[in-house]
Amino acid sequence: MAEKKSKSLWDAKIIRRALVDSLVKLDPRTMMKNPVMFVVEVGSVVTTLLLLRERQSFAFNLQITLWLWFTVLFANFAEAMAEGRGKAQADTLRKARSETQAKRLLPNGWTETVPSAKLRAGDVVQVTAGEFVPGDGEVIEGVASVDESAITGESAPVIREAGGDRSAVTGGTRVLSDVIKVRITSNPGETFLDRMIALVEGAERQKTPNEIALNILLAGLTIIFLLAVVTLQPFAIYSGSPQTVFVLVSLLVCLIPTTIGGLLSAIGIAGMDRLVQHNVLAMSGRAVEAAGDVNTLLLDKTGTITLGNRQAAEFIPAPGITTAEMADAAQLSSLADETPEGRSIVVLAKERYALRGRELASHEAVFVPFTAQTRMSGVNLDGREIRKGAVDAITKYLHQFGTVLPREIQASVEQISRSGGTPLVVAENQRALGVIYLKDIVKGGMRERFNQLRSMGIKTVMITGDNPLTAAAIAREAGVDDFLAEATPKDKMDLIRREQGAGKLVAMTGDGTNDAPALAQADVGVAMNTGTQAAKEAGNMVDLDSNPTKLIEVVAIGKQLLMTRGALTTFSIANDVAKYFAIIPAMFAGTFPVLNALNIMHLQTPESAILSAVIFNALIIIALIPLALRGVAYKPMSAESLLRQNLLVYGFGGLIVPFIGIKLIDLLITGVKLV
Amino acid sequence: MTINGWTQIAVFLAVILAITKPLGVFMARVFSRERTFLDPVLRPIERLLYRVTSVNEEHEMRWTEYCVSMLLFSGVSMLVLYVIERVQQWLPLNPQKFGAVAQALAFNTAASFTTNTNWQNYSGESTMSYLTQMAGLAYHNFTSAAVGIALAIAFVRGIARKEKETIGNFWVDMTRSALWVLLPACIVYALLLVSQGVVQNLRPYDTAKLVETQQVQKTGADGKPLIGSDGKPVMDTVSSQTIAQGPVASQEAIKMLGTNGGGFFNANSSHPFENPTPLSNFLQMLSIFAIPAGLTYTLGRMTGSQRHGWAVWAAMAVLFLCGVATAYWAEASGNPLLHGADQQVSALQPGGNMEGKEVRFGIANSALFATVTTDASCGAINGVHDSFTPLGGMVPLVNIMLSETVFGGVGAGLYGILIYVVLSVFIAGLMVGRTPEYLGKKIEAYDVKMAMLVTLVFPLIILVLTAISSVAKFGLTSISNSGPHGLTQILYAFTSMAGNNGSAFAGLNGNTLWYNTAGAFTMLVGRFFMIIPMLAIAGNLAKKKTVPASAGTFPVTTPLFTVLLVSVILIVGALTFFPALSLGPVLEHLLMMAGKTF
Repeated sequence: MAEKKSKSLWDAKIIRRALVDSLVKLDPRTMMKNPVMFVVEVGSVVTTLLLLRERQSFAFNLQITLWLWFTVLFANFAEAMAEGRGKAQADTLRKARSETQAKRLLPNGWTETVPSAKLRAGDVVQVTAGEFVPGDGEVIEGVASVDESAITGESAPVIREAGGDRSAVTGGTRVLSDVIKVRITSNPGETFLDRMIALVEGAERQKTPNEIALNILLAGLTIIFLLAVVTLQPFAIYSGSPQTVFVLVSLLVCLIPTTIGGLLSAIGIAGMDRLVQHNVLAMSGRAVEAAGDVNTLLLDKTGTITLGNRQAAEFIPAPGITTAEMADAAQLSSLADETPEGRSIVVLAKERYALRGRELASHEAVFVPFTAQTRMSGVNLDGREIRKGAVDAITKYLHQFGTVLPREIQASVEQISRSGGTPLVVAENQRALGVIYLKDIVKGGMRERFNQLRSMGIKTVMITGDNPLTAAAIAREAGVDDFLAEATPKDKMDLIRREQGAGKLVAMTGDGTNDAPALAQADVGVAMNTGTQAAKEAGNMVDLDSNPTKLIEVVAIGKQLLMTRGALTTFSIANDVAKYFAIIPAMFAGTFPVLNALNIMHLQTPESAILSAVIFNALIIIALIPLALRGVAYKPMSAESLLRQNLLVYGFGGLIVPFIGIKLIDLLITGVKLV
Repeated sequence: MTINGWTQIAVFLAVILAITKPLGVFMARVFSRERTFLDPVLRPIERLLYRVTSVNEEHEMRWTEYCVSMLLFSGVSMLVLYVIERVQQWLPLNPQKFGAVAQALAFNTAASFTTNTNWQNYSGESTMSYLTQMAGLAYHNFTSAAVGIALAIAFVRGIARKEKETIGNFWVDMTRSALWVLLPACIVYALLLVSQGVVQNLRPYDTAKLVETQQVQKTGADGKPLIGSDGKPVMDTVSSQTIAQGPVASQEAIKMLGTNGGGFFNANSSHPFENPTPLSNFLQMLSIFAIPAGLTYTLGRMTGSQRHGWAVWAAMAVLFLCGVATAYWAEASGNPLLHGADQQVSALQPGGNMEGKEVRFGIANSALFATVTTDASCGAINGVHDSFTPLGGMVPLVNIMLSETVFGGVGAGLYGILIYVVLSVFIAGLMVGRTPEYLGKKIEAYDVKMAMLVTLVFPLIILVLTAISSVAKFGLTSISNSGPHGLTQILYAFTSMAGNNGSAFAGLNGNTLWYNTAGAFTMLVGRFFMIIPMLAIAGNLAKKKTVPASAGTFPVTTPLFTVLLVSVILIVGALTFFPALSLGPVLEHLLMMAGKTF
């Protein structure tokens, strides 16, 4: 999928398919879904039928009829183009879904070979190096490197292992090394890959709430114009200047908002597609719209605001403890800690104090893993009970034994926190040994991005497990608006509820199983593809790159989608002014030559004026396809400035452009004697 | 155009600006049921009314109940007026012994006054008894205005409330509109008018002997001049004149303040007994805009966004100035076809097109009055719009076509422009990259659907009925001029009735079965079919959560918003009516410039 990113807008294969599709879409049952274009199609059918009967000014009527059909086809083509890009992607994904053989484990320990389509949720399969994972599931035993490029486009293999937050595997990916046992979690046809294909193809596409509202507006406008045109005939008869059906249909088609009506669904599909280009899958169009509305971004500190890895920079021992003693304890407690922080502690102890990593199996060591509840990890060996963890966790731990944190340690903890670092307290046998200074490094350019977000009215909240002091220092350095320190999953949930209670929309990213409830609660929940199955199911978007910073792009894409709709609606309505000035004088100047005063474009003849307006109306759809697919240019700024800029470009521009366009077309068609 | 004329227009707008805030604050207090200086007198009366009618003033209504109450109230009071008209010959206070009003006309008039239209297919002084005028027509002037204000307040509540099911109590809102806002103002105002010479009595009509007898053309039953067998008009010698009397001042006050516009006399505010002096003329124009302007401040105050109220006010003021400038320019320019006639302003004459205008008001005040009365849905006139130049006459027509949102009718103007605000916010709101929201309320499919229903009413009834009338015999026989001017007459009539304006372009004989019936239908649809979806939006908005404002929120408080709102109103109006207008007044103007008149 990586290659898709570079796919140009006008890929020959997509265009070929779109051309065919735009004819298929002429089916009235399909057209009915788009009231504006349906009216154009009905108009085209009527003029086509009349064409056979009407002998007068056949050439003009024929051209009008042809251009009316082109209008419908161009709109269909726009939609087909948008879909085509998705379909091309779906084809690539389908290849990954090809039937594979799975080795299903039987209760007696034996394996049987079954086709992957036969697997049901709950089955356990064994996958060895070189084989494809037969379906979505969770690794329950073993660790393996997996090639997920079919899904993510990322060629570097990833590690998948039992337990923890990296246990999810996706059907269609390939195991490169080792053997894993996988418990299948989805039935055939409901896998992640299936959903993804359906999504990018637009097969399951439902109109989003805003799209429905906009469609109502457009349908309403269409009815108004229908009334204006239908009643014009009696007025014309009163004035002694009745009009032909061709002219009336031309006026109607020019007035109804065909530009936005023809491009509306293309804009929606393209919005989803743009997310896919960023390797984000939205499970519904609704989520993309919601992204534009987000008021509050919850950003995980680690990996989003700071570089993922905090590095141990210093050991600060408590009074009466030597640095070497403390380093020893710190290293022991971290030997089984595979987090980057844990590794950096081992490394620091080795480099600075020449302590080598030791083999602990002989000591009957028991490792105490980190949990979100205790927020400590450590090791028990040879009667030593070593713990390391956040300061409040260790304080609580010591409190059980009636000991307290020495004041000196508290002082160093505060010192580190204030400077934006993370203090980890090491304790051994109910005694605090000292503090490890973990340094956090804020990513470059974050402050500017948060400033932009603020100017768009979006509040950023940094979520971190750090204590409030540390959190405050990093928040200050990064320039976020607020932070949630020592965050437990429940705190996160409460924060989301609180924000939503105040009427705000909240976006967040998450990967762990304990993020799932918050992901489900958030209005926009982006799950990391590396995350657990639970997280992926709870969120309404999945980021295949697992890059939490992307939340900011997701918001921008949502906004761009809404702006494109608004801009083209405004443009479409503003266009009508010029079309009136082209067609009304052309209709009546024959009877009332004085009405030529309204022909401010000085169009050559009544026929050329009407035809030019119809041609402009059709061509503008084609001309705006790239804009609909790419979205309008978007720079973060305040709503007031955005509105001023877009009103100027699409409102005022929409007023002016057709005057120029119709005039040019008029010059051209009279130049080549079409009328 | 003169400096004097422009100064009067500027002073008018400045006074409107000055009274907006005090009136707005007062109304906000009245409808939030806070204490006002009138409470000691009015609270006991209010309580008594509720006790008699067993209204529970603490009861809150959903939009549906509010709507049904309003419809029932309007329906019943319309029926009462119809009955009064039909039996007035047996009722007291009928010194001129007028007979029963004909069925179609009585129906049309009942619909007209119930809907705050005050379209009159009759001459008051020769049709309606004093009792009908006072208990029937003036009563409706009060209640239809009170209903309008109540509806606007209900809509504002819908915007202001958060996660509530209800939008207030119709009976309480209407009672308070009448007791606190309309009645006290009208008492003072009527006395002011009497001081200017407006009559107020219950006497039979006076007869005056003419100093010099007059020869006048005799008119037949169809209102057209009688032609004798020799082809010459039949003449009549007149030696005395009947001077109509009546309780005019009391009715005049509410006619203007309630933007009703139905004149006591046929000549409306150009009649010297209705509008005798330039001062009374100024007061009349002022009283048309007073409540609608004040309501914009009430909107700001009740929704907690005072600047939004002013932004809406500003949009109204811009549209008002566009209209009055065009009308004043067109009328002051005069008629180019009158070669040799001195149409220049001088110390001795007002210049420009004086046809159909009162000399005591002149060009500027006639153009201003015509603009004001059609900006609001008043419909009173102090000159004949039919006699305006084509473009000058187009201004009142276009004003009504813009749904009378330029200050507008009492209440109706505010909720009318708020529907446009909802549409503007929806169309342009997307351009700030958020789903549209209005003062924190998301505008969603349901709101758009209802707003479009409101917007559809106008083209549906105006264009369809004008179209039928412009080709059918029963429509064409009523027009008095051929060509585009005749089309304008029909278009103006249906526009005026649909917009509940009630001003007539004159020239069109509306007292026929078709125009009486189609007109009554137009007025009822134009009022209630707009109100029902409007209240539906109010009810739906009240239920919604409020999104707190941020830098990313669509701004509804800035000059940019004012520009946007003005553009949307103009473009929606223009797109709907451009074809009709171009075959009516625009064509007439162009033909006039080419030397052809109708």
